[in-house]
Amino acid sequence: MSAVLIENVHKSFGDLEVLKGVSLSVEAGQVVAIIGRSGSGKSTLLRCVNGLEAIQSGRISVAGHAMSQDAKALRELRKDVGIVFQSYNLFPHITVGENIMLAPRIAKGLDPADVKKRATLVLEQVGLLEKFDAYPDNLSGGQQQRVAIARSLAMQPKVMLFDEVTSALDPELTGEVLTVMENLAKDGMTMLLVTHEMSFARKVADITVFMHQGKIWEHGPSQSLFTNPQTQELKAFLGASLH
Amino acid sequence: MNSFGWPEFFFILRSAGWTLLLTAVAFLIGGALGAALAIMRLSANRVLSGFASGYILTIQSIPVLMVLFMSYYGLSLFGIRLPAFFAASLSLSIYVSAYLAEIWRGSIESVPFQQWEASSSLALTKGQQYRYVILPQAVRIALPPTVGFLVQLVKNTSIVSVVGFVELSRAGALVNQATFLPFQVFSVVAAIYFVICFPLSRLSRHLEKVMNVGRSH
Repeated sequence: MSAVLIENVHKSFGDLEVLKGVSLSVEAGQVVAIIGRSGSGKSTLLRCVNGLEAIQSGRISVAGHAMSQDAKALRELRKDVGIVFQSYNLFPHITVGENIMLAPRIAKGLDPADVKKRATLVLEQVGLLEKFDAYPDNLSGGQQQRVAIARSLAMQPKVMLFDEVTSALDPELTGEVLTVMENLAKDGMTMLLVTHEMSFARKVADITVFMHQGKIWEHGPSQSLFTNPQTQELKAFLGASLH
Repeated sequence: MNSFGWPEFFFILRSAGWTLLLTAVAFLIGGALGAALAIMRLSANRVLSGFASGYILTIQSIPVLMVLFMSYYGLSLFGIRLPAFFAASLSLSIYVSAYLAEIWRGSIESVPFQQWEASSSLALTKGQQYRYVILPQAVRIALPPTVGFLVQLVKNTSIVSVVGFVELSRAGALVNQATFLPFQVFSVVAAIYFVICFPLSRLSRHLEKVMNVGRSH
């Protein structure tokens, strides 16, 4: 069974149709990168996968949960799906440790002692254990993003979504975040990511999907997609992004 | 004719206690109502948000004096005779609720929407989002305007003197009628208002700083 199954999804914002019948499946343990120009619908697609955007038609199921707009069902789905945003979105009024422990304790109702252990573990995983008691504003962008990843991991998700997570970072800080993601991929995490980091997609993603004008224009194993693009649009896109 | 001596002074001072009590009651009851209205106003439920915005608009569009007259004189037509303090507290609470609801709605809305997205993505319920993520941040934003409004409220309680309730302003007026020393009497009254309001303004600034501890720059 697919970890993520997207079938013929349509999504419009008013008159503007941003997803025009998108189908995609991600197997457990697979890393799938979505690339494309801004406005191609790639971020919208990702946000549909955890229900941040409602779809008009089609079907989505994630980690065995069918997508629905019912609040309770959506929460159950989200317990199994982590998302990391471009702008980190840490909670600024509480410490790094509290950011990580909040949802496992409140949403999942886990034992505080276990949650604390888990928080230390995930912070160690992203290499920021010493920042447990720091406030988000005192961290660099790269560190904040690693904490955001740790915060999602603490929920022990079955699928992780990454929405252009390095786009807001200075070039010298993207490396530390990408390294964390690469390690996650090696550990077998199922990952769906929207990215502008072509070399990362090529190296880490099993499958790369090229979106164009609200559709999946071309997709396949990353190596062949990057070395041997079939469509004019992908050739043009890859050519442009080399510069 | 009486002179303006210690007995008159203490009469005014005691009446300041009523002003404070009235302020406290109106702020607490109005604040509780206002918080509920703010959240109703932001609710996706059209009935709730429609009711809240109708209430807020109505109350903000009529003088608090009219609310006071309606609760004090209006209800007496139906045989409901509210004691002056009760009518005064009720009217001021209604007034406070409409204004605080708007101040607090604005504060809640100033929390970036990404905070809602991040917390809902972590499977928090709406109530949990408010409780753990949104409100703690909104409170920081709300504190200075709320205390600013409290200062206004202290001064606006003087309006209830028109239904015969003796608070600070009314006490000053009574003493003035007996002594004909308006300058001395009202200087004392004004000074007492100042003594109440000035520390409140200072408190607001202090709280602003305290609430910001832990957040750099």
